[in-house]
Amino acid sequence: MKWVEGREVVDTTGPPEAPARLVDDFTPDLIDVGAHHLCPGCGEPVAMRSILEAVTELGLVRRTVAVFGIGCYTAFSNNLDVEVLQALHGRAPSLATGVSRAAPGTIVFTVQGDGDMVNEGLQEVLHAAARGERISCFMLNNGVFGETGGHLTSTTVLGQRTKNTLDGRNAAQHGYPILLSNLVAQLEGAAFVARGAVNSAGNVARTKRMILRAFETQVAGAGFSMVEILTMCPTGWFIETQEAPAYLEENLGAVHSIGVLKDWQ
Amino acid sequence: MTVAQLLEGSEAIAEAMITAGCRFFSGYPMTPFTEVLEHMAAKLPEVGGVCMNAESELEAVGMAWGAAATGTPSATGSTGQGLSLMQESLAEITLARLPLVVLNMARAQGDYYQATRGGGHGDYRHLVLAPMDVAEAVQLSQLAFDLAAAWRNPVVVFGDYYLAHTAQSVEVTSLRTKPADRPDWALDGTSGGSGRAKLISPLGSVKRRDDVGYDLAAHYAACARHTSAMLTSVPPLVELDVPAGSEVVAVAFGTPARYVRAAVRQLRSEGAAIGYVRPITLVPFPTAAVRSVCAAARVVAVYENNQGQMIDDVRLAVLGDAPVEFIGGLSLDSSGFGIAPDLDVATLRLRLEALL
Repeated sequence: MKWVEGREVVDTTGPPEAPARLVDDFTPDLIDVGAHHLCPGCGEPVAMRSILEAVTELGLVRRTVAVFGIGCYTAFSNNLDVEVLQALHGRAPSLATGVSRAAPGTIVFTVQGDGDMVNEGLQEVLHAAARGERISCFMLNNGVFGETGGHLTSTTVLGQRTKNTLDGRNAAQHGYPILLSNLVAQLEGAAFVARGAVNSAGNVARTKRMILRAFETQVAGAGFSMVEILTMCPTGWFIETQEAPAYLEENLGAVHSIGVLKDWQ
Repeated sequence: MTVAQLLEGSEAIAEAMITAGCRFFSGYPMTPFTEVLEHMAAKLPEVGGVCMNAESELEAVGMAWGAAATGTPSATGSTGQGLSLMQESLAEITLARLPLVVLNMARAQGDYYQATRGGGHGDYRHLVLAPMDVAEAVQLSQLAFDLAAAWRNPVVVFGDYYLAHTAQSVEVTSLRTKPADRPDWALDGTSGGSGRAKLISPLGSVKRRDDVGYDLAAHYAACARHTSAMLTSVPPLVELDVPAGSEVVAVAFGTPARYVRAAVRQLRSEGAAIGYVRPITLVPFPTAAVRSVCAAARVVAVYENNQGQMIDDVRLAVLGDAPVEFIGGLSLDSSGFGIAPDLDVATLRLRLEALL
């Protein structure tokens, strides 16, 4: 533990003081199978766990329907003990809209990646936000198409090397990254918009509070809510696993800034 | 008690869908589908339903997909062009085994392949119903919801410009004797935390307790078995008017079939040995019925307002026992929507006479 800005946080700058525990020890109540097939160092399981913890802590388990996009995280859609509707790549917000409108008592959240939400389905999330749809959208942003092996997405930062930008993203050829949460925050119907990250224990805790607030927004009927969560993808970034948290901070996180972008009341 | 009302086809279909229990509709305006959307937007809230004006056809079908997953009888639709945009989702909805009614208020009949073969990926089929007039559309729009629910499969109602915009005196009477039960697979969140939370996925809705991911091979095999059972169990519907000894048998579907039927009856009243067949279900195609009345004919004449698409299914039914000639062809006004100059009893008479 160390103190940062007057707050006690887990020191992630060096090796842990105690040996790591097995991943199985952390299996939350709402995941059926302890194992997962995602790569070592992937940030998505932590993000997924944080979302499920929030559902549990707010007592929403028996009212919740999760709508999944297509990406590495889709592996979880078959393992959750909350109800799941599997969507097409990019299309989760319209399905979530249909669930929420047809069954107004349900709590509906989407899980999508940056390729899913910002590339394939950009208009879906923008219109859902503009309508003030009572859903919570969670975007796991690692700046690459992780599932295909590390390709350029609309959130890839300038200079980043991917399998189809071997010399790095350059603005002249590939354009600029889209800062989606900033865009969504401009829309009247969006009540809560935030960007978190899971590259340090401190950021995981902070992101968890954002996720809780997103669900609170939906429960209160205050409007559309969204949390963009920056996640590590050492495989798709072509770096060593242990370098990923710092790499996230210096690359993705330097452009897609962490913080609450919009809140209500 | 119901009374006969003078209703435009679009409004009659809207009334019929609501009578059949439809409580969710989503769409995007496009001629000649637009009026169905207008009527659903006005009428659904009156019965506690929801109509969504989607930002595109992609979201229209997505919203209907989500609503269908809650067990709410749902429908969407467009014109063939808009349905082209929806095909990816329609394929996945079918593989996810969800019921959905899909309207195609088509321009002419060029969407026969799209409706009957589908433009999406994977091993799936949709049931397809093709009404000839407003009264039949009222019946088939309701049947579509029953078939969709019974088979957990999308059902296409294939109309056209004339059906959408022609007013006819009809009674919209419910065909159902008791309200449909809420399906046990429907999502509402309540199975969460039970250890058996429900899953609806085009990748397979059976959870693997011992591993992660999906068993796609098992799922696709199950879908194929389901499709096969559906196609052999749903009774094909067909209108037959083929007197014994008919030398020429004319085959047509949808609105143009009315013109073909009129031409055939004129010719027969003048002594011609001619009959008429109209497939009402395009999927399943009334193969056995078409075969039984066409096999002994000297020639089978197929009329469609397109370059010839259903003619493939007629040939597959007749299996070479009689020559199958095409007497149709694309005929549109300059708008491309309808008012086809060749869709005329006198013109059709001439084409049939040439075969007698």
